[in-house]
Amino acid sequence: MKVLVPVKRVIDYNVKVRVKADGTGVDLANVKMSMNPFDEIAVEQAIRLKEAGQAEEIVAVSIGVKQAQETLRTALAMGADRAILVVASDDVHKDIEPLAVAKILKAIVDEEQPGLVLCGKQAIDNDMNATGQMLSALMGWSQATFASEIAIEGDKAKVTREVDGGLQTIEVTMPTVVTVDLRLNEPRYASLPNIMKAKKKPLDEKTAEDYGVDVSNRLEIVKTVEPAERAAGIKVGSVDELVAKLKEVGAV
Amino acid sequence: MAVLLIAEISDGELSMDATAKAVAAAKALGDVTVLAAGSSAAAAGEAASKIDGVSKVLVAEDPMLGHRLAEATAALIVSLAGDYEHIVAPATTDAKNVMPRVAALLDVMVISDASGVVDADTFERPIYAGNAVQTVKSNDAKKVITFRTSTFDAAGEGGSASVETISAAENPGLSTWVEDKVAESDRPELTSAGVVVSGGRGVGSEEDFALIEKLADKLGAAVGASRAAVDSGYAPNDWQVGQTGKVVAPDLYVAVGISGAIQHLAGMKDSKIIVAINKDEESPIFQVADYGLVADLFDAVPELIEKL
Ligand SMILES: Cc1cc2nc3c(=O)[nH]c(=O)nc-3n(C[C@H](O)[C@H](O)[C@H](O)COP(=O)(O)OP(=O)(O)OC[C@H]3O[C@@H](n4cnc5c(N)ncnc54)[C@H](O)[C@@H]3O)c2cc1C
Repeated sequence: MKVLVPVKRVIDYNVKVRVKADGTGVDLANVKMSMNPFDEIAVEQAIRLKEAGQAEEIVAVSIGVKQAQETLRTALAMGADRAILVVASDDVHKDIEPLAVAKILKAIVDEEQPGLVLCGKQAIDNDMNATGQMLSALMGWSQATFASEIAIEGDKAKVTREVDGGLQTIEVTMPTVVTVDLRLNEPRYASLPNIMKAKKKPLDEKTAEDYGVDVSNRLEIVKTVEPAERAAGIKVGSVDELVAKLKEVGAV
Repeated sequence: MAVLLIAEISDGELSMDATAKAVAAAKALGDVTVLAAGSSAAAAGEAASKIDGVSKVLVAEDPMLGHRLAEATAALIVSLAGDYEHIVAPATTDAKNVMPRVAALLDVMVISDASGVVDADTFERPIYAGNAVQTVKSNDAKKVITFRTSTFDAAGEGGSASVETISAAENPGLSTWVEDKVAESDRPELTSAGVVVSGGRGVGSEEDFALIEKLADKLGAAVGASRAAVDSGYAPNDWQVGQTGKVVAPDLYVAVGISGAIQHLAGMKDSKIIVAINKDEESPIFQVADYGLVADLFDAVPELIEKL
């Protein structure tokens, strides 16, 4: 079985984001970018499936700006076999919407015929939580979102999902799209030799036009603002003082 | 204009809080029809018909809609979509599972986790873990939206909408339910509780997390946790508060042994009053706390329980 893993280049989760003064978005020029943390979990899971003999080949795909090839190199260094970069913009500030990403992924899935697509459950930049579900819809496949456990048995996958009430286990027909949650695994770091080897692994470069997908936004960005700041609070010196304050404002 | 609102139902029971909050958000968009779908959904539909602002309820009962599997539920919603400009739901994990699928089937973008309604096409939503708020205007003919419940007040009760029974769409038969692992609890629900007490890595173990629960019970609160506490096995996944867990905005949020990473703040910084107990006075949690107590939680929490 071939496993396809879409990976997104996003602002590093440790970076303090700044809204651009013109309100068009968040400043992404000259800030540290990394692989979306959920996508690292997806790559890791694909590698574990391969190590367990359940997958033969791992193809990483990234859709965005040319610089996303660094993200793909990271996936290759972790253990993906080859990569496809789809250049869909030359502006680092343009976020390709999940619907357009899903359409490009569909075209790639049609070509590559993977048995499983492993996506991160959400990108930590636009926080949409949508691409995997949209790809599944366009393929007419099953979907299993927010996975914390995946077991593949023949043409079925048994997936445990993190849901509001706790955990839900479902069984889906393969091929399928699974989106992964935080507790699925702990991604490995790429070793230096593997980073060197990754430079020689194949990386195909395509464009959105190659797949005939229009990547213009459906959601027009009207403005982007900083959230309202909380007024500074106070430090209390003791539990007694804390209780007194809470009583004073009627919180307890 | 007409709105189809997907009611939040689990095991046949309406989640009144989440559904009524979504109704409050949706009322501004037009006439609200609620869809109650599930293997048993009639009682939930009946309950939803009493929410103020609901003009009609559609009840679809079918075993294949049980546990709200995405493929069958999305197929049903898409089969009804022709009559509505807006298809909306509270941003629960069920809706986050189903609604993007619905949107893609309708060839429209989904608007996830909307925190504000500007007009029928324009919505606000937090991005980057709530570090920015974006206003987006949809150019799609239909809008598929999930509403962040913590930012809307629930619509009241007192309505009397008509209830109609409809049939499910064809079963795509792509998935089946195996089991749920849901912990029963007498505590209030995390996302609707007036008081939330959360514990972090600083609590140190599953056993000691009982201290957090004890404080919560003293306050009649729901229990929350940081990702680190969940990852370490001190607390179950459904207690996680944050960017990728639950978003809460109670009257009082007590953070114990939590450092205040942006991903955690994303889930609680709209709380009315925030109390932080942390032994490290440099912890970022103190920047959002109204009342910060620099102390060892193992001294402060038992004392607090005693003195409340
Ligand atoms: C993609 C992604 C998504 C994430 N999503 C979330 C999310 O939804 N929710 C979330 O919470 N996090 C999330 N995180 C994780 C987040 O970045 C932090 O790692 C996490 O919130 C830290 O949890 P913590 O504060 O409990 O632990 P720590 O940061 O380790 O803090 C522990 C705190 O306890 C204090 N402490 C220790 N001992 C004591 C004591 N005896 N008495 C008093 N205080 C004590 C310490 O001073 C410290 O401040 C996410 C991260 C990523 C990358």
